[in-house]
Amino acid sequence: MSTYYTEDHEWIAVDGDVGTVGITKYAAEQLGDVVFVEVPEGGATYAKGDDMAVVESVKAASDVYAPVTGDVIEGNGELADAPETVNEDPEGKGWFCKLKLSSACELTGLMDAEAYKAYCKEL
Amino acid sequence: MTMQRIGRPTAPILGGGNAMETRSGSRGLQQREDLIFEIGSADKTGVDLPAPAGRKDRLGGVARKVDTGLPGLTEPEAVRHYMRLSQKNYAIDLGLFPLGSCTMKHNPRLNEKAARIPGFADIHPMQPQSTVQGALELIDELATWLTTLTGMPAVAMSPKAGAHGELCGMLAIREALIARGEADTRKRVLVPASAHGTNPATAIQCGFVVDEIKADARGRVDMEDLRGKLEDTHDVAGIMLTNPNTCGLFETDIRTIADLIHDAGGYFYCDGANFNAIVGRVRPGDLGVDAMHINLHKTFSTPHGGGGPGSGPTVLSEALAPYAPVPYVVNEGDGFRLIEEAEGEAAESFGRMVAFHGQMGMFVRALAYMLSHGADGLKQVAEDAVLNANYVQARLKDVMTPAFDGYCMHEALFSDAFTADGIETIDIAKALIDEGYHPMTMYFPLVVHGAMLIEPTETESKQELDRFCDALIGIAERAAEGDESLKGAPYLAPHSRLDETQAARKPILKWTPPAPAAIAAE
Repeated sequence: MSTYYTEDHEWIAVDGDVGTVGITKYAAEQLGDVVFVEVPEGGATYAKGDDMAVVESVKAASDVYAPVTGDVIEGNGELADAPETVNEDPEGKGWFCKLKLSSACELTGLMDAEAYKAYCKEL
Repeated sequence: MTMQRIGRPTAPILGGGNAMETRSGSRGLQQREDLIFEIGSADKTGVDLPAPAGRKDRLGGVARKVDTGLPGLTEPEAVRHYMRLSQKNYAIDLGLFPLGSCTMKHNPRLNEKAARIPGFADIHPMQPQSTVQGALELIDELATWLTTLTGMPAVAMSPKAGAHGELCGMLAIREALIARGEADTRKRVLVPASAHGTNPATAIQCGFVVDEIKADARGRVDMEDLRGKLEDTHDVAGIMLTNPNTCGLFETDIRTIADLIHDAGGYFYCDGANFNAIVGRVRPGDLGVDAMHINLHKTFSTPHGGGGPGSGPTVLSEALAPYAPVPYVVNEGDGFRLIEEAEGEAAESFGRMVAFHGQMGMFVRALAYMLSHGADGLKQVAEDAVLNANYVQARLKDVMTPAFDGYCMHEALFSDAFTADGIETIDIAKALIDEGYHPMTMYFPLVVHGAMLIEPTETESKQELDRFCDALIGIAERAAEGDESLKGAPYLAPHSRLDETQAARKPILKWTPPAPAAIAAE
């Protein structure tokens, strides 16, 4: 399983043709305390870059973009009642949804952990 | 994801402290006040009348069987409850209100007197037009002032807020594009990064796509970025630009921007929220503007719409005037007439935005303000507003960090660069409450880190500005030194700092009566 990162601070952990998507630790820290999360429901289809989820902190509301094209297998329903999970474990229990990838070659345009770390340092 | 780096801390903070606890919960003459449900009870009432004799139940058995749970209060309790609550309010009538972008200026009492004249206050929008000729004349007279001050040929009077005026202007642009047969191709609206949030929201509401323009190092539109976005012009619908902008700066390239947009086949929407800074000095029509709303309830007093609704008449250029919404007033020489339907002479109108004719009370206040100031007085309003903001900027610039170099217009903008690590903009804002002031606008505009936006308006005297600046300088010096006590401010307010995170995550939206056992135990 390998994890990829976008310039818009989403991560996607890919296992076969299934990717788990969330927002990065850096994004969660910048947002501050998350108070509301709306995740996509199973069955929805998103193209790479589409608005896929909404995350709201006390200071801002942000759209989360689909890092790759795919069909949603499942959304993380637990975030609705426990939005703080996004702060506590953004790259683990705070995942947003699982996607069935349409085209694995889209992943080549994303960053690996090291490149993303360097990217954040520049910001 | 979209990323905001405004740097506002939202984690639960150090507990603010009561300077001194009292048994009553009051702080001196600032009295503690509980919820009306906590002080009222079903066995009390302010109206003590005997039950009518011989009354028969005519409800046929559908009368309510359980208690409503509404609290009863005696008359003095009710009066005191609301008086105490009102004393916890901060208002422009109590002191300087430095809320940038809101233009919290004094509302002259003459306006209120005029707005309460029965011929204006007590009329009904469905009265025959022959019986409200004075009101229609007032709308027409105000429209003449607005078109004269802006140098624009037409004005739609009915929009009821700034954002509603934006909607009016953008709907007119969309209608013009429909008439040109280009509504399906021209979808892109350029909006600067510093814009009021309502600008992109309005564009999207009208079916456009927002394309964000960067700000340059001077806090103005990055012309290189703009030119790049206009290389392909086929899909350009227009631009939405605030001038002076939300950084309190005049967009010095505005004429060039207007030419570029027009050459690209688009229209120029100007957000007129900051017209207060240029009224009487600059006519937006001369700058190439196609549509601009005017917040009557900012520039022409009655800030925040006196509690609402506000009033956002929108001036339109020759190109957009035919698409103005109905209704509007026409002067027929021997009387005034309302054009109410989008047909006949108004056939090209994009339609109707409001049920009736606009916010009459605000129209009266605005015209009273204009007539009592006169053209020269309005010019002085703009000059004094800009002078006051620059005085504040000059007094604070050595202890705080101005966001941009040079003079400002009507508001002074600072970043949080001067604060020590760990001290944030919100701590400074909360400490201002202890000094007796409403905080400035904070964390807006988003293009400046930890932004503090101060708009003193022309209302304030030098003496009052000095008092405010002295207080803020004191706080800023503590912030620069890293005084941790700022994290607990406010100390002297009825409530110390609240936990915004918990308030948002677990809001308590309803009062629930205490459990019966608890009552019995008391």
